[in-house]
Amino acid sequence: MKLLIVDDSTLIRRAIERFANKFQFDEIRSANNGANALKEFKNFLPDVVTMDITMPEMDGLTCVEAILREKPEVQILVISALADKSTAVEAIKRGASGFLLKPFTEETLITSLEELFEE
Amino acid sequence: MDETHLKIFIKGTTNYFGQVARDAAEIGTPYLKEDNDNVILDYSAVIGISGSYRGCVYYTAPKEMIRKLIIHMGEHNADDALCADFVGEIANTIAGNAQEELGAGFMISVPIVLAGNPGSVRFPKDAPTFVIPIIWQGSKSYLLICVGESVTA
Repeated sequence: MKLLIVDDSTLIRRAIERFANKFQFDEIRSANNGANALKEFKNFLPDVVTMDITMPEMDGLTCVEAILREKPEVQILVISALADKSTAVEAIKRGASGFLLKPFTEETLITSLEELFEE
Repeated sequence: MDETHLKIFIKGTTNYFGQVARDAAEIGTPYLKEDNDNVILDYSAVIGISGSYRGCVYYTAPKEMIRKLIIHMGEHNADDALCADFVGEIANTIAGNAQEELGAGFMISVPIVLAGNPGSVRFPKDAPTFVIPIIWQGSKSYLLICVGESVTA
């Protein structure tokens, strides 16, 4: 199983990678915006993606739709600081499998990924 | 934006430090920024606000505090690039979390990060700028809120 981490913050990408190691992914890659994520996705074809929303060049929700056109079965966990409920609803409408609000902890990230895998 | 709205950002800041630093931050008494107050520390980040509101959310912190926070989060090497990156993420998270009470019309930009002291930062004049002191493990940082409601024709 392969994981792609998308976030414009280096620190957040590293934290997600560290926390996600519990799941023993075969390979983990990362991208710092939606446009780079889409390029990386086409080469890497991951099974799971964590996706920030507020990023330069291409926002995360646009990227979710683009990724799902490439591989509809991919599981996408949107991780964002945008706390209005409509943001989470919009993410799910666009095809994300889950939504996690920032700031997150190791425990909340692991729980969200476990819920993703249970689906 | 009035003092009632400040409570939203104080709550968000308290929640942020409680979760990420696992050590509560002390929030000092907020005050109105005067023109000659120069609140610029080693790393700063500005989030532009648009939609139903306009203005900016600005966070500035000393190097020592940011390095400690990064180490606290499990990193071993808190270099300058990572410190700047983290200040942007703090500003982004506190501003984004304010949407819970201000609604989706409180739209935030990606952070613009400043490392070092640019001399001065100009804030919009059409809304008051509130300064919220944040003390964590003996270091003081500041969250500045300069946000007004958008005027529609």
